[in-house]
This record gives sequence, structure tokens and C-alpha cells, in this order.
Amino acid sequence: MSGPSRRVALKVVGATLGAGAFAYAGQPVAQWAAGIDVDQVLQRHYKELTPEELAQILRRIEVETQKKYGVEVHVEDIPPQDGVSFGYALNLTRCIGCRKCAEACHHENNHDRPTNNSYIRVLEMQQGSFAMEHGTVDYDHAVPAPGKYYMPVQCHQCDNAPCVKVCPVEATWKERDGIVVVDYNWCIGCRYCEAACPYHARRFNWRAPEIPADEINPNQGYLSNRIRPQGVVEKCTFCLHRTRKGLLPACLEACPTGARVFGNLLDPTSEIRYVLEHKRVYVLKEELGTRPRFFYFFDK
Amino acid sequence: MTWLRVIAASLLLVAACRADQAPRRRPPPGPPTFAVEIHVPERLTGVATGDVDDLGRPVRASCVSCHSLRDAAPIPTSMAALDEFHQGIQYAHGELPCASCHLAGPTPALHRADGTRVDLRDAITLCRQCHGPQATDYDHGAHGGMNGHWDRSVGGQTRNHCVDCHDPHAPRFQPSWPVLPPRDRGITGAAPRSK
Repeated sequence: MSGPSRRVALKVVGATLGAGAFAYAGQPVAQWAAGIDVDQVLQRHYKELTPEELAQILRRIEVETQKKYGVEVHVEDIPPQDGVSFGYALNLTRCIGCRKCAEACHHENNHDRPTNNSYIRVLEMQQGSFAMEHGTVDYDHAVPAPGKYYMPVQCHQCDNAPCVKVCPVEATWKERDGIVVVDYNWCIGCRYCEAACPYHARRFNWRAPEIPADEINPNQGYLSNRIRPQGVVEKCTFCLHRTRKGLLPACLEACPTGARVFGNLLDPTSEIRYVLEHKRVYVLKEELGTRPRFFYFFDK
Repeated sequence: MTWLRVIAASLLLVAACRADQAPRRRPPPGPPTFAVEIHVPERLTGVATGDVDDLGRPVRASCVSCHSLRDAAPIPTSMAALDEFHQGIQYAHGELPCASCHLAGPTPALHRADGTRVDLRDAITLCRQCHGPQATDYDHGAHGGMNGHWDRSVGGQTRNHCVDCHDPHAPRFQPSWPVLPPRDRGITGAAPRSK
């Protein structure tokens, strides 16, 4: 008896075939990983980053964006301000469903151009009903249409946010000023949050956004409108890269009917406080107990 | 080599788990020091002539360029009586006659119900005589929209004039065509792609 036995030979053949199949099946992963550098893989959670590490990461993102999109951008990270708690209200008597808010969001937040993506979905609703699931978004006729009203829906920045609770890796959380944010570099793309949100306010990046270089908004925030990578979830942040600098959100400035009111809930003289104290206010899906910071109101 | 680095670094990462950093704080907003400016719509200072200049911009004639040179004509009683720059005005603002707002004179002006003269650019004070609830909401920033800063300790704010959105002769908002039709998955099928 000399040489390998039949059993050993079969084992070797089997192992070779197995290893080959494994390598072949893993090919897409290897190709995908080729574009990711070690720094990115090893990056810590946003909340654990020292100011120095954060500064380094912001520069790295700027360089990556320059390389990928050919445009010079400025990415910053502005922490929440003490004494500020944001609230937003939308006048359903005034909204005409023109989708200018969605368009402004599309440009401000560097959304994917081919999908016309936006954090705002304007629902055309039957008068007399608040059944959000029966609203249509692809209406294509002059607005406002008779018998209809229009309800733009975006992230409600809930104080009791279902999306935050379901995240298995704590990649999304609520900031001190009430804004629910996502660390796009920590998100694993499981989409639990998207499924949990009763307002359908989260979006998944099926692909990396396609945006022509001259249309990219170069004023970017780490937690808001920087260009998101493929495979992560994104959401409205009340334009925190603007609002944390005292500016109004882009969707509000674009509204041609003045239906949108934004401000600091802790300031008793603010516009938002006037609306909440003096108007008939409606909370969408209030029965779910999500405690939104986004309100609907009526003039009459 | 790269993979070895990744594995080694991953082990280090696990070994060196860290706690959250202390939150970075910023002081609360100060008192509102910046002003609220009300935009003055073009139509309150002049009329379009229909011409364009060499740069393609529409040429507008200021009201006073004619009104200061001529004797004031009496206020007409119907739209049909209007001529020159004021032809073709569509009217749909209740049953009000021209003279209930307009005042004849060398500079075009308006008047309130009590006869007080009001400059065209201050038309808001005229509107608010009848549209009280809207005026109250406007004063509190709940009607009419705005641009600029919510925090006026940082920067100013521009408010719209009534006439920016409402044609005073036909104030109802006209229907418009919606922009940016959504092309999400599941709504209108897969989105077209450039690649």
C-alpha cells in the first residue's frame, strides 16, 4: 500500500471544489471591499469620536467626494445648540401640492437625480379623510384639484421614535435639539428603521447617488446632506446643516404659499409657538404615541 | 497584507472599546438683533413696458415717470376705461370699485377706509383692514412665508409682501403644475438609470 488512498483523494478533490466555489461566491464581496479603505472600516461610532478624529474624518470625506464626484465640498459637523428644540408645522389649508418643497429638498440634500428622490412626499388626499395610505404621490395634473387636499409628509422627528428603537447597531439616535440623525458610516443598511417608521419617512440608498458635479450642494453636514454612500438609510434632518446655523430649512424657503412654519419650541415668542398655541393642530397618527415634532394645522 | 492589517486592527478595536465623548456644547441663541425686512414687489413701484434691454432683462417703467408729469386723471369706474400701461387688468376682488383703494394724484397712492393716504409699497396696511385674521397670522409669522434666519440673533429675515403672492386685482391663488414627479421604486416602477 503506497500513495494516497481513494478516501484522501476524494477529500482533496472535494476540498478544492469547495474552496473554489466559496471563492467564486465571495467574488462580489471582494470586489465591493476593494473600494473601501481601512480607515473607513475601522471608523468608530460618531459619539465616540474625539474632535481630532472627527476633523480627520470630515477631511477624508471631502477628499473622497472630490475623487468620486469631481467637486470641492465643505463637510462640517455642527453640534446642537443649548436652549433650542426644533419644531415644524405645516398649514393644510394653504398647501396646494405643488411639490416645490420636495424639489428644494432634492437639491439642498444632494439627492439622487434619476429617482427624483426627496425626504418629502406630497400626498394628494381625498377631502374628509386622513388615511395616509390612501394618498397618492404620482398625481400629474394642475393643483389644487377639486375635492382634494395636499399633505406633505417628511420625518416627524418623533420624541418616541420607533426607528431609533429598532436600530440594532445604534446608528440612528435623537439629538438634544430634537433631530433624529443617522451616522451613515455606522449604518449597516438592514432597513429595520425604514420598516418601523409609520410616516414612511426613511429612504434607502439602493445605489450611490448620481448627481452632476455642478448641481452638488457643497455646504454639507456630516449628519445631514453629505452625499450618502450606497447601502445606507437616510432621512430628513430639518436641514440641520442650515438650521443649526440659525437659517430656515430649504423646504420652508421654497414654499410659495407660506404654508410652512419652523422655529424653536423653547422660545415663547417664536412663530412655531404661536401656531401651536393658537391654531387647530393635527398630529398625524397620534394614536401610535410617537410624539412627533412635526404638526399639521388649519386656518379655519 | 491588507487583510492581515484589517484583522490585526479589528482585534485592536475590540480590545480598545471606548465610551462616548462628552457632548460639545454651544450657547443658546441671544436676543433678536437682526431686522425683519418686508420685500417690496416690483409691481408696486412700476409697470412692465414689454421691452427687454440688451441683457435680456425686462424693462420696467417707474410709476412716477408718467404720473409726475401729467395732471391726475380721475379714477375710472370700470376696467374698460383703463388705457396705456394699465390695460387688460383682470378683476376678481369682490365688488369693490377702483376708488375704494386707489387715490388719484401726481404720485399713485392708495387710501384706507378712513381716507388716510397710503403709499403703494405700504399696501399691507390697506389689505389688513378687511383681512384681519390673515393679518394677525402674518404678524406672527404664520402666514405669508419667509426667507433667511429663524434665529434673528444670527441674521435677518425677509418676509413676503401681500402682493408678492396675491394679485391685488385677483387675489385668489391660481392653480399651477406640480414639479419633480417622484420616481421611487414601487410607485412608478424602477427608475431609469444613466448606466
